[in-house]
Amino acid sequence: MSDVTAERAIPDTPPAEENYLTAGTSLASWLLTTDHKRVALLYMATITVFFFLGGAAAVMMRIELVTPQGDLLSDDAYNRAFTFHGVVMVWFFLIPSIPNILGNFLLPLMIGAKDLAFPRLNLLSWYIFVIAGILAIYTLLAGGVDTGWTFYTPLSTAFANGQVLAAAAAVFVAGFSTIATSVNFIATVHLLRAPGLTWLRLPLFVWAIYATSIVMVLATPVLAMVLLLIFAERAFGIPIFDPLRGGDPILFQHLFWFYSHPAVYIMILPSFGVISELVTCFARRRVFGYNFMVYAILWIALVGFLVWGHHMFVSGQSMLANLVFSFLSFVVAVPSAIKVFNWTSTLYRGQIVFDAAMIYALGFIGLFTIGGLTGLFLASVPVDVHVTDTYFVVAHFHYIMVGGAVSALYGGLTFWWPKITGRMHPESWARFAAILMFFGFGFTFFPMFIMGFLGMPRRYHIYAPEYQIWHVLASAGAVLLAVAYLLPMGYFGWSLFRGRRATANPWGATGLEWQTSSPPPKENFFAPPVVLQGPYNYHPEHAGPPSLEREPHEPQGGPTERAP
Amino acid sequence: MSGAAALRKPYRSLRRQREAAEFGLWVFLGSEVMFFAGALTAYAVYRALWAEAFTAAARETSIFYGTLNTAILLTSSLAMAAAAEAARAGLRRMTLRCLGLTIALGLAFLAVKGLEYREDIQKHLVPGNGFALAEPKAQIFFAFYWLLTGVHALHMVIGLGVVATLLVQAWRRRRPLASPAFEAAGLYWHFVDIVWIVLYPLLYLAGRA
Repeated sequence: MSDVTAERAIPDTPPAEENYLTAGTSLASWLLTTDHKRVALLYMATITVFFFLGGAAAVMMRIELVTPQGDLLSDDAYNRAFTFHGVVMVWFFLIPSIPNILGNFLLPLMIGAKDLAFPRLNLLSWYIFVIAGILAIYTLLAGGVDTGWTFYTPLSTAFANGQVLAAAAAVFVAGFSTIATSVNFIATVHLLRAPGLTWLRLPLFVWAIYATSIVMVLATPVLAMVLLLIFAERAFGIPIFDPLRGGDPILFQHLFWFYSHPAVYIMILPSFGVISELVTCFARRRVFGYNFMVYAILWIALVGFLVWGHHMFVSGQSMLANLVFSFLSFVVAVPSAIKVFNWTSTLYRGQIVFDAAMIYALGFIGLFTIGGLTGLFLASVPVDVHVTDTYFVVAHFHYIMVGGAVSALYGGLTFWWPKITGRMHPESWARFAAILMFFGFGFTFFPMFIMGFLGMPRRYHIYAPEYQIWHVLASAGAVLLAVAYLLPMGYFGWSLFRGRRATANPWGATGLEWQTSSPPPKENFFAPPVVLQGPYNYHPEHAGPPSLEREPHEPQGGPTERAP
Repeated sequence: MSGAAALRKPYRSLRRQREAAEFGLWVFLGSEVMFFAGALTAYAVYRALWAEAFTAAARETSIFYGTLNTAILLTSSLAMAAAAEAARAGLRRMTLRCLGLTIALGLAFLAVKGLEYREDIQKHLVPGNGFALAEPKAQIFFAFYWLLTGVHALHMVIGLGVVATLLVQAWRRRRPLASPAFEAAGLYWHFVDIVWIVLYPLLYLAGRA
C-alpha cells in the first residue's frame, strides 16, 4: 500500500528546467546534434531497424525448419537468409547495441563529464553507421549473400554468386564507425573523469565499455584488412587466398577469427557491465570483489585475443596449435567464471527486489552460465570435433549473444529508461516480458543443444525427420521469444506519452548518472560533480548490508544451536 | 587569437583538450597499426612459404622510384614536424610555409608513385592474365605490392586533405595556432611515413640484399 501512496505522491507535472529532449525540437537539432545523449537515441532508432531486419530473417528460418522438407525457402534463399541474419545481427545489432546506445548515453554521465571527448566524431560515427546500414540493406535488396557471415574463402572469392562485394563493403564501413566510437570512449574515460573519480572508483559498466573499446580498436582493423583482401581478390582477381596461385585459404580463417573471436567479447563484455550495475542496485549490495571484477574484464579483453584457433580445430591446424588454443580457451573461461561467482556472491545476503531489470539480470546470469559452460565443451578438442558445425555450436553462441547480450540490453534499457526518457515504464508488463524472454529463450535454444549433439548440422534446411521434434520445439519457443522482444517496444513506446514522470533516482541507485535530473539537462549536470567514494555504496563498507541489522542469518536446514 | 577561442565543449581547460586530441590520435594510430599488421602478417606468411618466388618478384620493383620516394617522404615529415612546432610556438608565417612544403612534398610523392605505377603496368606486373613472371606465386607478391602501396597512397591522400584544410584555416585565421589539430595532424603524417619505412624494405629491398 505504501508503494501506491508513494507513486501518487509524485506530482505528474513536466519538469520546470529544460532537459536535453526539450532543448531544440527541430529535425536539424537531432540530425546535427553533438549531444551524446541524442546520438545515443539516434543509434537506438537505427539499431532497432536492424534488429527487426535480422529478426525477420530468423523468423523465415524458424518457419522453414518446422518441417524436414524445404517447402518455404529454396536452398539458395535459405543460405541468403542465414547469412543476412548473421551479418546484420553481428555487425549491425549486437556489436553496436550496448556500447552505442547505453554506452553513448551513460559513459559521460557515469564519469561526471559534459559529453564524450570528441562530440563531433561521435555524430560522424553515427552517419558512417547509417551509410554502412544502407549498404547492408542494398545487399539484401540486390539479392543477398550466400557465404555465411564468415565469408570463408575460396567460397566468397571465387564461387559464391551473391552480393559479396556489397556485404563486405557494408561491414568494412561499419568498422570505421566502431573504431571512431571506441577511440572516443577510450579518450573520454582517460581524460574526462570527474575530480576524485579514480580508476578503481569507476563503475563496472565504465570498465566494461572501456575494455570493449580497446578490443574494438585493436581487432576491428584486422577485419577491415581481411575484408579488403577479399574485396581485392573478388573484384580485381588479385590472388591472396587463391590456392591455384599459391594462396592459402586457411590464412583467411586465421585473420578472420583473429577479429571474430575478440568480437564475441565485444558483444558480451558490455553486458557484464550492465549486469554488475543491476545486480548491485536490486540486491542493495556492494559488488563482491570489485577489484577482481575489474581484473577479470581486462583479463578477458587480453586473453580473448589469443584463442581464435579454437574455431579452426577441424581446419587442418597442427595438433600442437589445437592443444595450445584449447588450453588458452580454458584460461579465458576463468575470468568469466569469476564474474558469475562474484555476481552470485553479491546476491548473498542482499535485499533482493525482483524488479523487471533484476529479472533480466538473473536470467542473464543463468543463461550466460549455460552458454559459458558449453563453451568449455567446445574448447576441448575431442568434443569439438564431434559437434563442429552442428546446432550445438549454434545453441552455444546464441546462449552467449542472445541469452546474454540481448537480455542485458533489455535489462539495461529497462533500468535506465527513466533516466533516458524521464518516464517510468509499466513495471508489471516489464516483469512479464522479462520472464517471458527467459522461458522463450530456453524453449528456442535448448533443443538446439540436444539436436546438435545428436548430429543435426547447422546451415541445413532439409534435414533427417528424426530431428523434427526439436526443430518444432525451437520454432514454437521462437514465437514466445518474438513476443518477449516486441512487448517492450510496445510498453516503452506507450510510456513515452503516458508513463509516470520519473524522479531523478527512481531505483535508489548509486552512480553519478542518478545524481542529475531525469532526463538530464543538455550539459548533463547542473554543477560539476566531485566524487568522494567508490562505486556501489549501498551500505557502509565494513558494516555489511542493512539486512544484517534486522534479522540474523539462519543456515538452512533448521535452527542452529547458539551460545546463550 | 587567445587560447579561449580554441576551447571546445566538454573541456574545462585547453591543456586537457590538447591532451585529448593527441591521446585520441595515438589510440587511432594503434588501430591503424593493427590494420597494416593484418596485411603484413599475411605477407610474412607467404614470404616464409614461397621465399624464392618472393625474392625473384621483389627484384622487379623499381628501386630508383622507391628510394626517391623514401627520401621525399622523410623530408616531408621534417617539414610537418617543424609546422607543428611552429604552430605551438605561435609563429604564423613559419607554420604556413612548413605546411605548404609538407603538401608539396606529399604531392611529389604521389606523382613519383604515379610514374612508378605506369612503369609497373607497362612491365605487366599486375597480377592476372599476361603477368610478366612465369611463377604463379610471384603474383602473390605483386598482389601485396599493389595493395599495400595503394592503401598507403590512400592514407597519403587523406593526410594531404587534412594538412591542406589546416593550411587554409590557418591562412584565413579561422583556426587559432594554439589548436591541437596541428600536432594531431603531424602524428598522423609521421605514422603514414613510418608505414612507408616498413614497406620500403619489404617491397623494394627484399631480394636485393
